[in-house]
Amino acid sequence: MVESRRWLIWLTHGILLLGVAVVAFPIYVTFVASTHSLQDVVQSPMPVLPGGELVANYLQALAEGLGEGAGTQSIGAGRMMLNSLVMALGIAFGKIAISIIAAFAIVYFRFPFRMAAFWLIFFTLMLPVEVRILPTYQVVADLGMLDSYAGLTIPLIASATATFMFRQVFLAVPDELTEAARIDGAGPLRFFWDVLLPLSRTNIAALFVILFIYGWNQYLWPLLITTDQSLLTIVIGINRMLEVGDDQAEWQIVMATTMLAMIPPILVVVAMQKLFVKGLVETEK
Amino acid sequence: MAKVSLRSVRKSYGATKVIHGVDCEIADGEFLVVVGPSGCGKSTLLRMVAGLESITEGEIAIGERVVNALEPAERDIAMVFQNYALYPHMSVFDNMAYGLKIRRLSKDEIRRRVEEAAGILELGALLDRKPRQLSGGQRQRVAMGRAIVREPSVFLFDEPLSNLDAKLRVQMRVEIKRLQERLGITSLYVTHDQVEAMTLGHRLLVLSEGVVEQLGAPIELYEKPATRFVAGFIGSPSMNFLETKLTDDGRHVVLPGGDTLALDGAAAAANGTSPGRPVTLGIRPEHLEIVEESRASAHLTVELVEQLGADSLIHGRLGDESGPAMTVRLQGIHAPGSGESLPLLAMPAHIHLFDPESGVRV
Ligand SMILES: Nc1ncnc2c1ncn2[C@@H]1O[C@H](COP(=O)(O)OP(=O)(O)O)[C@@H](O)[C@H]1O
Ligand SMILES: [Mg+2]
Repeated sequence: MVESRRWLIWLTHGILLLGVAVVAFPIYVTFVASTHSLQDVVQSPMPVLPGGELVANYLQALAEGLGEGAGTQSIGAGRMMLNSLVMALGIAFGKIAISIIAAFAIVYFRFPFRMAAFWLIFFTLMLPVEVRILPTYQVVADLGMLDSYAGLTIPLIASATATFMFRQVFLAVPDELTEAARIDGAGPLRFFWDVLLPLSRTNIAALFVILFIYGWNQYLWPLLITTDQSLLTIVIGINRMLEVGDDQAEWQIVMATTMLAMIPPILVVVAMQKLFVKGLVETEK
Repeated sequence: MAKVSLRSVRKSYGATKVIHGVDCEIADGEFLVVVGPSGCGKSTLLRMVAGLESITEGEIAIGERVVNALEPAERDIAMVFQNYALYPHMSVFDNMAYGLKIRRLSKDEIRRRVEEAAGILELGALLDRKPRQLSGGQRQRVAMGRAIVREPSVFLFDEPLSNLDAKLRVQMRVEIKRLQERLGITSLYVTHDQVEAMTLGHRLLVLSEGVVEQLGAPIELYEKPATRFVAGFIGSPSMNFLETKLTDDGRHVVLPGGDTLALDGAAAAANGTSPGRPVTLGIRPEHLEIVEESRASAHLTVELVEQLGADSLIHGRLGDESGPAMTVRLQGIHAPGSGESLPLLAMPAHIHLFDPESGVRV
């Protein structure tokens, strides 16, 4: 249905612009707020154009972010972002590594209880982190992994979804390709490195984007597992900045931190998008 | 280079028997074609030689070495698959070089071998391309190149031309034949296409439902098919068959309508002992002639004519419209009308007789 009447063009563009505005406006407000002094931000109405405090606010956010409280030191957004980065990368790489190896085993090897293993993995799909959070906490605590990067990442790594996805990818690889590799003398590990991994490249990229953002946005788990101020992730840090009791929250710093928190996921999406498109154009098995 | 021996080779998947005992010696440098209809077990047989399927019973030897327990890579073979099975993410060069890299050949040696194979197959300009940037024929050539650079004792082909269009198939067929003669490497080639089999093979092994029907040179299979199955499978258009019986003296067969047809000396002598027995008569379309009325041994009622240019195929019924179906192949252009009755002569030397029950030649 391709209509080209003039008013329809205006209408469709109008709707699209409206949609963009709805999404973009809050981000714009956040940006504007991060460029003014606190007095300007809290006055009513708030300024609609960016102010002159941009550099000062962002430097303060990066350096101090969450200021000193009762018994806690200050921690800058820079450090919090580093924590989030470690967690997001750890989860993304960990999940991809574990699930691609698990899928490789399930698809290419005949071992006892192979299908049982597959269904066990499959059933954990129904148990997201939130459901098993108490027992998982207990296990992590008993292993002495509270307040550590290991405690932040490892429990979130096992992934049924990704295993399932790689299984489908591997099942789509023609048997003849496996056989050709066998005749060429490639053992299982060489076949994995030289054939399966390159063929799964685009799937890995897609999964990486999803998992990075999943890890970056984690809230409940890090909240539970860390009490050490120096391990705060940026998502929790922002929330903590607002818990000021009777004091005035430093909105301009909170907003600057929020803007900073958005940058890494955007960078990941932009960087990986190229691989997506390349993958879409090139993929052929 | 080596001979290949199959000794009472059988294959079952669970209770399903797929190959029922194949015995065959492929001489050094020979081109053996395994031919049979789809699902008869050709690929299974080939894959057992390759080491991709286990051997349920019997023994396969390449050279003097029994290979039953060896991995495919240890058997000194190379295989070309129907769907080419090229590594999609590797360049043409890397596709050919991969097996050699695994065998840790030196870089110079790999380059030398790949470039030599590329020269033979005219792939020189394509070495940096990915498989998806190649046409079907070029991919087929890369798959062959990958086999050649291994310098194996045995080539295995599993319907390598089936995915190509008709014209390219003929062209590649000639190329494979030329290549095999040039390299002199023992080859086992599987196909369901009897024309491919006839033109390529030094010898043919006809397989039907896992049973060897006949093993012999192409012309031998054409001239003296051992069973009714082979007779019907080899040759195009297919041989005409007629259920009938011998006359009491054993020197004639009875045609529908009561006429009799004389057999030539050899056939008659062989059948002299069993007068009156039922037989299946087989005669190829090219061994029937349209003659003048006085010499005719039967009549053909025309139903349909196919003009091929060099030949004409006349489909019809023996006797009247209710007779058995029969096809005649005539040289040149002939256009008899539908329903016309043509006087027909069967060349006595080309009449084949088979046992109606066992299908074995009598
Ligand atoms: N893995 C398998 N399990 C069970 N039956 C099989 C298997 N592979 C092949 N077959 C059966 O073996 C027979 C021969 O197959 P195949 O060798 O592929 O035939 P062809 O190559 O002559 O077309 C077929 O009837 C097929 O159904
Ligand atoms: Mg087959």
